[in-house]
Amino acid sequence: MNWLAWKMLTGDAAKYLGIVFGVAFGSLLIAQQSSIFVGLMRRTSSQILDVTEADIWVMDEAQQNIDEIRPMPETRLHQVRGVNGVEWAVRLYKGLVRCRTTDGNFRQSILIGVDDTSLVGAPRKMLQGDVSDLRRPDGVIIDAAGYHQLFPGQPVEIGRTLDMNDRRAVVVGICEVTPPFQTFPVIYTRYSQATLFIPAERNTLSFVLAKARPGVSISDLCGRIRIATGLKAMSWDDFFWFNVKYYLTHTGIPVNFGITVALGFIVGAAIAGQTFYLFTLENLKQFGSLKAMGVDNLHLVGMILFQAAAVGIMGFGIGIGLAASFFEFMELSGQADLRGMYVPWQVIVITGAAVTLIVTVASLLSLRKVLILEPAMVFK
Amino acid sequence: MTSSATTSGFETSASESRRSATDTHAVICRGVTKDYGQGETRVRALSGIDLEVDYGCMTLLVGPSGCGKTTLISIMAGLLDPTAGDVILLGESRARLRGRRLVKFRAENIGFVFQQYNLLPSLTAAENVAVPLIIRGRSRAQAVKKAAEILDAVGMGEKTGSYPSQLSGGQQQRIAIARALVNDPRLLVCDEPTAALDARSGRNVMELLKKTTVHPDRAVIVVTHDNRVFDFGDRIVTMSDGKIDNKIDNATGPMPHHNPP
Repeated sequence: MNWLAWKMLTGDAAKYLGIVFGVAFGSLLIAQQSSIFVGLMRRTSSQILDVTEADIWVMDEAQQNIDEIRPMPETRLHQVRGVNGVEWAVRLYKGLVRCRTTDGNFRQSILIGVDDTSLVGAPRKMLQGDVSDLRRPDGVIIDAAGYHQLFPGQPVEIGRTLDMNDRRAVVVGICEVTPPFQTFPVIYTRYSQATLFIPAERNTLSFVLAKARPGVSISDLCGRIRIATGLKAMSWDDFFWFNVKYYLTHTGIPVNFGITVALGFIVGAAIAGQTFYLFTLENLKQFGSLKAMGVDNLHLVGMILFQAAAVGIMGFGIGIGLAASFFEFMELSGQADLRGMYVPWQVIVITGAAVTLIVTVASLLSLRKVLILEPAMVFK
Repeated sequence: MTSSATTSGFETSASESRRSATDTHAVICRGVTKDYGQGETRVRALSGIDLEVDYGCMTLLVGPSGCGKTTLISIMAGLLDPTAGDVILLGESRARLRGRRLVKFRAENIGFVFQQYNLLPSLTAAENVAVPLIIRGRSRAQAVKKAAEILDAVGMGEKTGSYPSQLSGGQQQRIAIARALVNDPRLLVCDEPTAALDARSGRNVMELLKKTTVHPDRAVIVVTHDNRVFDFGDRIVTMSDGKIDNKIDNATGPMPHHNPP
């Protein structure tokens, strides 16, 4: 009977494609907008994701996210180092700085100052130069996208000079980073150098990055650091979600994207539901004939569910394919606003569930119509 | 009520002669009444119908629109329940045929020819004819092979791969007849099979029906108000206002001359 259901479904190409289009449209909108939302949320914590060497982030007790920083005195570093179970602890500076090029172009940039000795927190993926080049006088490493913002249309090469807080900086490397939320250039330098690139402040220590000794529980160590220092200490994973939660609850981003995703669902359900229902209405005579010829309700339900599943799978596949292609195309085209974004598997699962709901709703209306259908109507 | 009295009377007499009656009659209706709606909106479509449809002959059910022909064949084909009265359908009491058993019974024993053919537009002629076999669980390949044989028998052997939209009305009705016959049904119910056809195609379809469907083990009921085809019937049953007016055997009585509305 599935063969018959398939033939009936694809017999009217326009209607069939209309239903598939409805599901695909809903699927595309849900997957694409959800992926951008997830991508944006990841970007809010991009610097947390880029530091892989440390287990624990330590910061001021009042700090609510990674961007609003209350600098700590240098003595805090030593306090953290003194906590039992800490293998090592290093400084990290993070702040915003105005960066000027020799041709007068300037950009607000994210400045990351990594530990002078160990270079913990330095970029992991270098495109040009080497991380150790940070040790050179005035040396900075810029992310590739930021380089194009600072030096638009110019070849990517090291050796160019910048000006931050009236101090010369030399580009010694080009790296790749997780795209940040603000799409500013990301500039890495040594911690001691970073303090020179920013206006004078009494305290400059943004974070202490710590590593737990082998066998020491990270959550236990975070607790001990909190008790010993009065600072906030979190595993990188906890800090990531702490930061994401801040943006979820303090910005209109989730509401905005939520509305678009809901619209995708409603429009997709409306197009698919209405077309599928009309398709069933137009085939009522045929369903009636099948009923008269001896097809019971169970098989008719099976046929309609098969048709719904077929358009659901097809629409879902097309929608997810288009969403993935969209991000792939954006990546290839060098579009900075959406770089690094992709369709996570969780979004695929959620979209699949939404599509299942759409085709279920669409088929329920049709099922009711077919189930109450009197086979005697074939003679009317 | 008259109908219940008729029903009980039928059961008493039928119990004695059921075997012989069901040997000759494919369908027996006794006191069949059908009401639509309830209370003040109730409409009586059939009123105390007594009728036998015999194996081996073509029974024409004629009458003006709204006289109850369609309701009566729906009941006789097991598509509609009577409000009162009893129906013996191919030796089975209709009252005992319920739910999936009735659906299976229809699939195995009854063929349908519809006024508008009701062919599936996305299936070829052979696939359309194969549908009843597929419903009964035959594989598609087997069903289509058997369908091709039946199509050959109704003179449509060269059109097995054609879609309904590529065929004339007469050809589509031939396909519909082949579909109705593919299961070798014991009862064939045809609803206005010539109504959508011109005079010549209508006669051709009736000739085909007469030639290929009438069989000693099969009864054929044709609902029509097309008086041009009355001479094809072995028996003409005339209806008006939900009642049977006349039952005429074609060989013995004069043909009714009913003008379509």
